[in-house]
Amino acid sequence: MKKLLKHMKGYGKECVLAPLFKMLEAIFELFVPLIMARIIDFGIGNQSQPYVLKMCGILIALGVIGLTCSITAQYFAARAAVGFATRLRHLLFSHVQSLSFSDMDQVGTSTLITRMTSDINQVQNGVNMVLRLFLRSPFIVFGAMIMAFTIDVKAAMIFVVIIPLLSIVVFGIMAVSIPLYRKVQTGLDRVLKRTRENLTGARVIRAFGKEDTEFEEFQESNQALVKMQIFVGKISALMNPVTYVMINIALVVLIWTGALRVNAGDISQGEVVALVNYISQILVELIKLANLIVTITKALACANRVQSVMDIEPEMPKYASERKVNNLDCDTEAKINIPEENNQITFEHVSLTYKGAGAESLTDIDFEIKKGDTFGIIGGTGSGKSSVVNLIPRFYDVTKGRVLVNGKDVRDYDLNALRSKIGMVMQNAVLFSGTIRQNLLWGNPQADDKQLWEALEIAQAKEFVEQKSKGLDEVIEQGGKNLSGGQRQRLTIARALVRKPEIIIMDDSASALDYATDAKLRQAITNLEDSMTVIIVSQRASSVRTANQILVLDDGAAAGLGTSDELLKTCKVYKEIYGSQFKIDKKGGAAV
Amino acid sequence: MSSIKATSRQKDTLRKVLRYIKKYWLYLIASLLFAVFSVAFTLYIPILTGNAVDMIIGEGQVDFVSINHIIRKMIIVIILTGISQWVMNACNNKITFQVVQDIRREAFARIQILPLKYVDSHGHGELVSRVIADVDQFADGLLMGFTQLFTGVLTILGTLIFMLTVNVSITLVVVFVTPVSLFVAAFIAKKTFHMFKLQSETRGEETSFVEEMIENQKVVQAFGYEQRALDQFDEINDRLGACSLRATFFSSLTNPATRFVNSLVYTGVGLTGALIAINGGITVGQLSCFLSYANQYTKPFNEISGVVTELQNALACAGRVFELIEEEPQKADDEDAVILKNPDGQVDMQHVEFSYVPQQPLIRDFNLHVEPGQRVAIVGPTGCGKTTMINLLMRFYDVNSGSIQVDGHDIYHVTRDSLRTSYGMVLQETWLQSGTIFENITMGKPDASMEEVLEAAKASHAHSFIKRLPKGYDTLIGEDGGNLSQGQKQLLCITRVMLCLPPMLILDEATSSIDTRTEIKIQEAFARMMQGRTSFIVAHRLSTIQEADIILVMKDGNIIEQGNHESLLAANGFYANLYASQFVG
Repeated sequence: MKKLLKHMKGYGKECVLAPLFKMLEAIFELFVPLIMARIIDFGIGNQSQPYVLKMCGILIALGVIGLTCSITAQYFAARAAVGFATRLRHLLFSHVQSLSFSDMDQVGTSTLITRMTSDINQVQNGVNMVLRLFLRSPFIVFGAMIMAFTIDVKAAMIFVVIIPLLSIVVFGIMAVSIPLYRKVQTGLDRVLKRTRENLTGARVIRAFGKEDTEFEEFQESNQALVKMQIFVGKISALMNPVTYVMINIALVVLIWTGALRVNAGDISQGEVVALVNYISQILVELIKLANLIVTITKALACANRVQSVMDIEPEMPKYASERKVNNLDCDTEAKINIPEENNQITFEHVSLTYKGAGAESLTDIDFEIKKGDTFGIIGGTGSGKSSVVNLIPRFYDVTKGRVLVNGKDVRDYDLNALRSKIGMVMQNAVLFSGTIRQNLLWGNPQADDKQLWEALEIAQAKEFVEQKSKGLDEVIEQGGKNLSGGQRQRLTIARALVRKPEIIIMDDSASALDYATDAKLRQAITNLEDSMTVIIVSQRASSVRTANQILVLDDGAAAGLGTSDELLKTCKVYKEIYGSQFKIDKKGGAAV
Repeated sequence: MSSIKATSRQKDTLRKVLRYIKKYWLYLIASLLFAVFSVAFTLYIPILTGNAVDMIIGEGQVDFVSINHIIRKMIIVIILTGISQWVMNACNNKITFQVVQDIRREAFARIQILPLKYVDSHGHGELVSRVIADVDQFADGLLMGFTQLFTGVLTILGTLIFMLTVNVSITLVVVFVTPVSLFVAAFIAKKTFHMFKLQSETRGEETSFVEEMIENQKVVQAFGYEQRALDQFDEINDRLGACSLRATFFSSLTNPATRFVNSLVYTGVGLTGALIAINGGITVGQLSCFLSYANQYTKPFNEISGVVTELQNALACAGRVFELIEEEPQKADDEDAVILKNPDGQVDMQHVEFSYVPQQPLIRDFNLHVEPGQRVAIVGPTGCGKTTMINLLMRFYDVNSGSIQVDGHDIYHVTRDSLRTSYGMVLQETWLQSGTIFENITMGKPDASMEEVLEAAKASHAHSFIKRLPKGYDTLIGEDGGNLSQGQKQLLCITRVMLCLPPMLILDEATSSIDTRTEIKIQEAFARMMQGRTSFIVAHRLSTIQEADIILVMKDGNIIEQGNHESLLAANGFYANLYASQFVG
């Protein structure tokens, strides 16, 4: 929470003014019993009507001033709380943007989403309440005590004893319930996860007729959550009654003491009434405080969880400056070592171990790709094809060796500069809600319609986009649900092409396309005027067959590197893959 | 006009909430009862205090015997109050969270039977936020409402009665001034309802956006879209900030405003009380009692108004949840619906018409007859609507007209469950549940033994990668199989179907992300699996297509040709063309 508070900066004025005006209001409130005591002692005692009227006029004036102060305070509190929450959401979102792939893998998306939504809402609530009440209540409590001293020191001693006792109870209950509230939140996370999973898997769940099991499992976490909530509720429910009993016992003691003091002639009857009033003012504030504490404990727990996300150090700094300073030597050395000017991508004995994984996912991968070449990567499931291409835009960092783009270590690039050179088409064809145009503009926000249509044409998507009634302005639903898998893939390819990248990487991204479309697509890309370096990851031998070089991967290691013809002679794995595909072709009776 | 509509909707929502609470009537009665106790006791204290003050007149004029007596009474009353309060709070807690549980349960249950069309066309983030965040907000409001509304109303009534017994004219002053407070509170609540609704909607919008971006963070980063995403986020976020500020500020006006009215009441009591006391109408003790009543009487008005805003907010949230709960579910199975049991797998489609959007007809007058055990390959250029066939066969979507039959039973007169479990389905999009590998495989057959699972995994060639995982079949996989590759996920999905082997199969480009070597092996396993089973295969592999008994050639959502490989080639139509182009690359 403390660390989060620094983001309140800029709301300093509000944070001071809100409680300040609250306190002003409280001060005016504290005068009320004193004035009432005067009315009793002098007004009633002296039978003076004008005096009573005058005092009542003062009371109303106090009320008006209090109202003004309070409204001012509410305004500043709302501004500070909402402004703080808005900024916090902004910061959290931008922080998440800076997290690396492996950070994201570890935190999990549903956690991040709760942090950003309901957690921050709770924090906003908490801040608002704190500014409005948390200072006001203790102020009234102590203020009432001080006022009691002005009336009678002996009677005021009761306040001195009861207030610390009450604080102990209030804070004790708070200390017990905070960790419990945290547990409640974890339970809520579980319920959230179940719901989300159920929605994304709706088709499969129904296909297997598992609705009932799903429901039971949901109920299980749902019930666990409620059990916890009720338990915590029982503890916080103690707060009100306990404070009530304590304060009223104090009242009894006060009456007794008051009786003795009046009898001895030390104070007047009106002053006893004033003291009683102060005690009941304390009670009212304490009840408010107790209710408030529930909100605050919740808010604190939420704030801590928000903070824990903020605390994740992005694994890759956005800018490479730090490294540059440290590795100057390394850099100059690299320059000498650049083998050939026209090498677009170089892998130097690269190995990769994912965080938390037991074994290497890539072992000693070594190859060079020339500018404008087409490079194929083929291999079995889990052989590390995606891992290889993910290293080029530096989605992950190598654990051994180096990856060079245009002769420069990817770690020495500004991340954005590096990634802007690369058009990446991923295995999962992800589109975003919005129009087709908006999706394509991801590649390059400045692209005009002509460029978009060009990209669509190359990606073999022109035809179906043209057929949409609204063309480029056709709306895509979340996740691209209103398009087929193949359509989505072609749009993601077009999106990457809109960038006009130096390097285009297609990570098994034509899998939902039929052979004919796939072939046309590849043809169109290689026919482009300003030739791109093309990297094709595929399961299909036919997709990579015409590449200038093919890397064959087997279990994270290179099993072969060369042209299709060379590999057919030298590489057993490639031969097997090619053979299996070729056999299928032959059965079809088609000439290759 | 719109505000009238809004309040009637609110009342409607409130009625529904009450229906949920009804179930816990025992707790409700207990809560009410103890609320009455605690209020009555609480109100008795000022009277006793007033009595005591009257025994303390001045120097040497204190009646200690009476005071002693009063004090003893007070202590008993105080303790009883504490107990009543606690019991009441505990009951309210219980009711609130049970109701929340019930609502969540119903919302979730409703999601299970909503037509897929609804699930497909609503942002998941938005639905999740209804089940989670909205219900939570509702709970907060309900709890506050419970604990404070009852006691508030009771306190007001109780105070009135007590006050009337002491002095009528002072009571009248109180009664005339306080409604102002209620009026002010109601006015503010009414004005802020829309602000809260706007806030809740904007929040939903933001959640949807956040979900989309965070779930696809990899794409976001690959395109260097971070800054633009942040800009878009900020736009929504700022809007949320603005409407949130309005809602928060205006609703928070209630407190100061009512407190001001209170101070008027307090002054009024002081004034009339003092004037009456001057004429000897009441004692100082009674005045002191009145003053604390003036506090106690007006305090609930504050609270009630606070509760009213909170309840408004809660109702707005509840309304959104109920909207989901009341969403038209898919048509229930007919009461006399047939339960398909191991059907032979004869599938007929007659005069089927279907479209996703009413204005855009997709499938028109489609007829198909599939004998048990036949293989149907669905082919066509990408995006021709092949998955639509699956949506219809599995009854994920209902046809507009025409009929689909399995073994002569119209599928609309067959239980959905038995229809769907008669198909083994491997979809293009793999979906795995968080849980162990074993749990995922046995999804369709929860009582499967380890041996059966091993056998299925070996048959689908998933065994070799599973055994290499840190904990083998007990390895936990994250949400949506996060830590597995696309191909591995697909293998698991295939294993899942292998294990239960239903009489009919639907394979949707199932092998697209599995390498050819593995695929050959899977094809073999599939061939074995498909033997004697009616199979629908959305595939691009020539071998699969050639071996099919029936090939459906689709284009633009419509089936344009139908026949087997030879007959379609002979027809020299679209299929022949397509076939010839397969080998361009």
